[in-house]
Formats: sequence, structure tokens, C-alpha cells
Amino acid sequence: MKSRHAETAVSAISLRGVSHHFGDFTALQDVSFDIGRGEMFGLIGHNGAGKSTLFKLMLGLLTPAAGSLKVLGQDTGAAAFRQTRRQIGYLPENFVTYDNLSGTEVLQLFADLKQVPRSACADLLDLVGLTAAAGRHVQTYSKGMRQRLGLAQALLGEPQLIFLDEPTNGLDPQGIADFYAILDSVRARGATIVITSHILAEIQERVDHLLIMHGGRVAAQGTLAQLRQGMALPLTVVATVTPLQQPQALAALAAVQAGSHETLNVSTQAERLSVHCAPADKMAVLSALLPMASDVAVHESTLEQVFLGYGAAYAHVH
Amino acid sequence: MHMSIEWRQVAVIASKEWRDRLRNRWVLAVALLFAVFALAIAYFGAAQQGQVGFHGIEATIASLASLVIYLVPLIALILGYDTIVGERERGALELLLTMPISRLEVLLGKYLGLAAALTSATAIGFGAGLLPLFSELSVAEGWRYAGFVGSAVLMGLAFLSIAMLISVWARDRVRASGTALALWFFFVLVFDLLLMGALVASQGGISSGVFAALLMLNPADVFRLLNVFSSDQAQGMYGLATVMPTAWTHPAMLVSVMLGWMLLPFYFAHRRFS
Repeated sequence: MKSRHAETAVSAISLRGVSHHFGDFTALQDVSFDIGRGEMFGLIGHNGAGKSTLFKLMLGLLTPAAGSLKVLGQDTGAAAFRQTRRQIGYLPENFVTYDNLSGTEVLQLFADLKQVPRSACADLLDLVGLTAAAGRHVQTYSKGMRQRLGLAQALLGEPQLIFLDEPTNGLDPQGIADFYAILDSVRARGATIVITSHILAEIQERVDHLLIMHGGRVAAQGTLAQLRQGMALPLTVVATVTPLQQPQALAALAAVQAGSHETLNVSTQAERLSVHCAPADKMAVLSALLPMASDVAVHESTLEQVFLGYGAAYAHVH
Repeated sequence: MHMSIEWRQVAVIASKEWRDRLRNRWVLAVALLFAVFALAIAYFGAAQQGQVGFHGIEATIASLASLVIYLVPLIALILGYDTIVGERERGALELLLTMPISRLEVLLGKYLGLAAALTSATAIGFGAGLLPLFSELSVAEGWRYAGFVGSAVLMGLAFLSIAMLISVWARDRVRASGTALALWFFFVLVFDLLLMGALVASQGGISSGVFAALLMLNPADVFRLLNVFSSDQAQGMYGLATVMPTAWTHPAMLVSVMLGWMLLPFYFAHRRFS
């Protein structure tokens, strides 16, 4: 087990026993986790789970009532944290800015505040596809255009750490694809990204680590594989087996069922044979089907299923 | 927690606020309003006495002061009441505060930017208003008028500071605007009535020192005193000179009190905002 100091040294963000209250309401309770440098970290939870409070704490907008919180090695409550903010980018869920200014002027304002050369603005506007609209007042922008301007703002000064709160909110499918392509290039230069999204399918293949929040507490954390393992949610093996070989395949599956404590749900539709089984039986099912199947695919539980599973388990315990 | 001020960051915010007021023609509109009032009062201020035309700077200042005492506090409060609460409500403040800028720098930048807009509108407006009469003014009268404009600016900045405090304190824009109007009503209309009532009710129980100190609790009264006690001729027009102890009437003292009215609400706004 790594020591706390060692973890802090390699972490972009480190929280230990962080709690926060709004009056009598406990928004966060004893939250601890680390985000490694260069990671893409997903923060998920229902509305009111504590994600926004956590974001505000990590951005230094709030000070934890208890516990310690370090961002890029700096205490968020320290006076020097202002300097650390030059290395942080933030895209809020709804990028609200000064509607009376043009896209270029908005970006130049934030460039001035971050003390980034104004010359960077044109390139960033080009990156997010807003060059043609750069001179227009922001009040004429669609929601998607505002969000793209927000992304350009978050990328000013090539920050080491970027917070994205529901970043694809308002973007069309092409906009979402463009957004993640930009994010890939940002990751390639080693930036750490903390992302929150309700569209779990969008982030499940992109994040390195996940934190599931529930009722202001950490319900689970780890890689998607670790979370799936922890929840032991059933998976589906789909094989293509000719009708001639299907009796043989079903007999092999019956043998697997006989040796398992879990139930195997088998269904067939023409050449398609689906087996709904526990993760522990995955290898046995594959071994049974592979000799007869021309094609096999394993559909593991989605992040949404994992999230809902942890939510239900958390609600049961608490 | 000690935090030094980065004036470059303050300047970024101040310049944005200032440019916003230029761009939306706020400065132009207020300057025009003041110019029209200044010119109209200078020419027609004595119309009730059957006279039209310029009748000296003191009469003009006396008439203008009666108007300015209502108008400038209202304009300053309207200018500043939603500067923080408005941005918070729209959602732009949160992003601004994630920038490498302290809350004090945000507040200072906003105050200085709005102060520049108010100062320029007041100075340009009242200056331009009397421009047609420039040839009729002596140097001394010119300085006297400049002093009047300066006192109006000081009063405006004091009420702007109060507006910043309201903006930081209020939960939403509606409450902020209500509070701003209530305070304007209190300082400009109610305060003097209460003071008069207290004077009469106490039947001389309130000493002139206490009375003077109570007047200092209202920046609008400090403005009035500044204009009364800056000229012997003006003192003759008011009975105040017989009531006020001389220690309280020195312009330097009155300007200091006005500066206090700028600093104190700003200090509390900063405390609350931080």
C-alpha cells in the first residue's frame, strides 16, 4: 500500500477525509480518493449526490469543512492556490458568460486573467470551430456554440488539469465527436481530466478511473473492470452457431450449468445463441461454445448498469 | 490569510466594466442627462422669480445641489446593485472565481470600473453643461464649480460602495434592487425627516456636536455640507452655519468622512464576499 505522501506526490488531486456541510445538510461525508497525473477521471452520481460540491471544492470555490484537499500539490485554501489556478481549466455545465461581448472578446478577457498571450485565442477558436463566429456577440450563439467557446476558454494556457462538468451538454452528435477528438489531443500532452456526465455510455470507454458518488459519500471507485468485478453483474455471451450444431452447444452449456451455483439463461434466435451468465462462469461458457461457434462476442455490463447496481447496493446498506 | 493584490488582475476587471458602460452608452446617457440639467438650471433656475439667464455660480450650485442630492445616489445605486448578485444569478461569477484572481481583486476591479464610469459621466456631464457659460465664469467661480462636481462625484462613489455591499449581501437581484431603492429612500428622504423630528422632540436636548455627528451618518448630508461650507456666500443661504460646530465643517474633514463612506461599505462587502 502506498503511503499518503507518496500518493500525494504523484497525484494531480488528493482528498483525505473531506467533508462539507451547508447548514444542517451534509453535502459530502468523509470523501477520500486520488487522481493520478495524466488520468481521465470520471465522477458520476445522481443529482444531489455531491458531485457539484466536490467540483467546487476541487476548484477552490469552497473550503472543506473537514479533511485535506490538495490540487496539483497545493492546498486549495492557501493563498498560493491562486497561482495554481493558472494551470487549471474549467468548463461548467452551462457556459454562461458575457453576452454583450464577441467570442474573441470573451476569450481575450479570460486570456488576460490567466495571463496567457491573446494570440492564443485565434488558434483555440479555430480548434473548437468558432472562427467564423468569433466576431459575433455571444448572445447570438446557440447552446452548442457557447459550450464550444467554453471549451476554448477551459483550454487557455494549456492547463495541466481540466475540469469538465457535463461538457457535451447541448452539443450535437458531430459536436460530441469533435469534442472528444479535442480531448484526446489534450490527453496526449499529459493533461489530467476530471469529467462528470449523466451520459455514461459516452465516458465509459474513455475514463481511466471512476468514482461513484451517492448521498455525499463515495459508493465505489476504481477502473471500470474493477467496478464490474466488485458488482459481479451478469454478462451476455453471444455466439453464432448453426442450427445443426446448436443441440451440441446446448448440451455443453447444460454441463456448465450443472457445475455452477449461478443460473445460466440461454436463448436462441436462428443462428444466434445468447447466454446470460455470472462473470464467474464466463470462461466456462466460452470454452463450451468456442468449438462450435463461428463467432463469439462478450457483452459485459455497461457503466450505467454498474452505476445503478452500486446505487442500489449503497441504498440497501445505508 | 494574507493575499497581496495583483493590480494587473484588478485592471482587467475594471477595464471590462468601464468598456461595458461605454459600449451600452450608459456613460453617454448619464452625461447627457447631467449636462441638460446643469444648463437648464443655470439658465432657468431663477425662472420662478421671473428671471431667465445666468445669475451667478452660487445660485446655480445651490439649485443643482438640490437636484444632484436625489439623482446621483439613485444613479450610483442603480449602477452597482447587481454587479455581483447579477453575475452570480446568471452563473458567470462561478467561472470568474475559478480564474487566478482573488475575490478582493474581483470586487476592487468592479468597483473601480464602475467608479470610472460614474466619475466620467458626472464630470463630463456637469462640465459640458456649463461649457456655454465658460466665458461668464471667473477662475474662482470655475474652481468653485469644479469643487461642486467633485463633491457630487464623491457622493456618487460613496453610494456606489453601498451598492456593492448590497450586491454582495443580497440573495437575488430582486432583493438587491428593493434594498437599493429602500436605502435611497432612507438616505435621501427619510433620514433628514427623522433627524428633524428627533431635534424637535428632544426640545434642544441634542447638542450641536451630536447633531453634526448624526449628519455624518448620511453621505447625502455630507455632500450638502461640503457645498454649504465651501463658500461663505452659500453658508448665508442656509441656517446650518449657526448650528454646526466648526470642527465638523472643514472641507478636509467632510471629504475624509466621504472617503470613509467609500471605504467602510467596501470593506464590509469584501468581508462578506470573501
